[in-house]
Amino acid sequence: MFRFVMKRLLMLIPVLIGVSLIVFTLMQLTPGDPAQIMLGPQASQEDIENMREQMGLNEPIYVQYFKFLFGIVTLDFGRSIQDGQAVITKIFEHLPATLKLTFAAMVVAIAIGVPVGIISATRQYSFFDHTSTIGALVGFSMPNYWLSLMLIIIFAVNLNWLPVSGYGGMVFLILPAIALGTQTAAVIMRMTRSSMLEVLRSDYIRTARAKGLTERAVIYVHALKNALIPIITVVGLQVGVLLEGAILTEAVFSWPGIGRFMVDAIRAKDFPVVQGSVLFIAFLFVMVNLLVDVLYAYIDPRIKAQYK
Amino acid sequence: MSTNTQVSNELPLPAAKPRIKKKNPYIDIWYRLLKNKLAVVSLGVLVLLVLTALLADVIAPYPANEQNLTNILQAPNALHWLGTDAYGRDILSRIIYGSRISLQVGFVAVTFSVTLGGIIGAIAGFYGGSTDNILMRFMDILLAIPGILLAIAIVNVLGPGLVNVMIAVGIASLPTYARIVRASVLSIRDQEFVEASRAIGESNFSIIRRNVLPNCLAPIIVQATLGVAWAILSAAGLSFIGLGLQPPTPEWGAMLSEGRQYIYEAYWVTTFPGIAIALVVLALNIFGDGLRDAMDPRLKQ
Repeated sequence: MFRFVMKRLLMLIPVLIGVSLIVFTLMQLTPGDPAQIMLGPQASQEDIENMREQMGLNEPIYVQYFKFLFGIVTLDFGRSIQDGQAVITKIFEHLPATLKLTFAAMVVAIAIGVPVGIISATRQYSFFDHTSTIGALVGFSMPNYWLSLMLIIIFAVNLNWLPVSGYGGMVFLILPAIALGTQTAAVIMRMTRSSMLEVLRSDYIRTARAKGLTERAVIYVHALKNALIPIITVVGLQVGVLLEGAILTEAVFSWPGIGRFMVDAIRAKDFPVVQGSVLFIAFLFVMVNLLVDVLYAYIDPRIKAQYK
Repeated sequence: MSTNTQVSNELPLPAAKPRIKKKNPYIDIWYRLLKNKLAVVSLGVLVLLVLTALLADVIAPYPANEQNLTNILQAPNALHWLGTDAYGRDILSRIIYGSRISLQVGFVAVTFSVTLGGIIGAIAGFYGGSTDNILMRFMDILLAIPGILLAIAIVNVLGPGLVNVMIAVGIASLPTYARIVRASVLSIRDQEFVEASRAIGESNFSIIRRNVLPNCLAPIIVQATLGVAWAILSAAGLSFIGLGLQPPTPEWGAMLSEGRQYIYEAYWVTTFPGIAIALVVLALNIFGDGLRDAMDPRLKQ
C-alpha cells in the first residue's frame, strides 16, 4: 500500500510541474502589464519601469519561471496587486468556504442519489423508477448556475424561506449546496441503480432469498454491500467535479470561496492571484483524484494487488 | 465507458427477420437507434433546434436587439410570449437567435477538439514509444486542470468573443478525444488487416486514414455528442461570469447573467434562457446515451 501511494505521489511531480508551466505561460500571454495595473493609469513611464524592475519583470523569461516555480515549492505565490497581501494567505482564507460548500453538496448528492438509486433498482420499470431516471437526466443537464438562480427565485425571493446569498450559518449553505449537489446526485443515482441491478441478478442474492432472509436484509445487507464499490468510485470522482462546479456556484451566491476569489481577480487583472488560485485549484483537483485512487485501492484488493 | 468499442458486422442483429445484405454497420445502428423512443424524441428536439437556428430570421417575432424602452420587464403576455428584458427586448426572439450561437460554439469547439485531439491521439497510438509518451503526458497535464478552469484561464488570455470561447472550450476538451483515439488505435494497430495494408506498401498516413480512423469512429461520435453538450454548458458558463460573449449578443449564458439583477421583479429574464440551455443539453445527453447503446449493444445490460 505504501509503495502504491509513493508511486502515485512521484508520478504527480511531473504533472504538477507541467501544470505550473501552463499556468505561467498563460499568464505571460495575458494582455496587460502588471506594473502598470499596480500603479494605475496615471503612473509615469519611469515609475512603471522602476516597478517592473522591482517586480522582476525585466528578467529573462526562464528566470521568471524558475523564480515562480521556486516560489510555489516554498508556498510563496507572490502578492496581490490589489492590496499587496500574500496570495497564499488569501487562498487559505477562502479555502474553508469552498471546502464547506463542496462537502455540503456531496452530502446532499449522496443523501438523494443513493436511496433513490436503490429504490429504483428494487422496483425496476415501476413508475418511481421511470420518474427518477428521467429526473436524473434532467438534473444532470441543468447548468448549476441556472439552477442556483431558480432556487433563489423560488425559495429566497418568493417564499422568503432562505437568504438570497451570503455566508454564515447553515441557512446560507442550503441553497448553494442543493444547486451544486444536484448534478452529482443524478450521477450517483444512476450509478447506484445500475450497480444494484447488476448485483440483484447475481447467484448469491438468489441464495440469500432462498434461505429465507427478509427482502430488507437481502437488499440492504447483501446487495448494497457488494454494489458499493462502483458507487464509492463515482462519489470520489465527483469530488473533483464539485470543486469545478463550485467556481460558478460561488459566483452566483457571493460565496467567499476560492472560485469567486479567482473570478474576481480575473476581472481586476490581479495576475498573481489568478495564477496562484488557478494553480491551487488544479493542485487540489489532482490531490483529490489521487486520494480517490488510494481509497479505491484500499477498498478493492484487486487493485492493490497490482502494486505488490 | 468502454474505450475500445468496435463496430463490426458480428454484432447481433436486433431485427427478427434477418436482412441478407448488411454491408454497412451504420444502417444497423440507425435501426437500433430508432427503437429507442427517448433517443428519437431527443433527436427530434435537436433537429428542431437546428431548424430554429437556420430560420431564426423568419421565426423570431422581433429582431434580437430591438429595444423598446416603453415596454421593459414585461411579464410573459400575448405579444411577448416569454416576456421582455430590461431594455424591452423580446426574450423569445433573443432565445431563438441565441440558438445560433450555442450551436456554433458547440459544433465548432467540438470539431476543433475532435480534429486536433484525434490527430494527437492517432499519432501517439500509431507511433508509440517516446512520441506517445510526450504527447500523452502533455494531455495528462491538461487533464489535471479542471475543464472549466482551463477554459476560464484560456479565455482570460484570448479575451472575450465567439471565436475565443470556441478555442478555449475546444482546448479544454482536447485530452478526452486524444485518449479515445489513442486507445482505439492501440487496440487495432497490430491486427492483421493493418499489417496486410503495410505489406502491400501503404503509407502510414493512408493506413491511419483508411483503416485505423474508421474503426474508432463509434466511440468518437458518442463522445462528441456528449462533448457538444459540455461545450454549450461551458460557453454559457463563461458568458455567465462575464468572460465569454458580451452583451448585447443574444447568448443564453449572457442573457442569464443580465437577468440576475432583476430576479426580484422579473423571473422570466433568467428562467427561459436557462430552460433553453437545459433542454438542448438534455437532448444531447439522451441522444448520446442512445447512440452509445445503439453502437454497442453489448454495453446495455
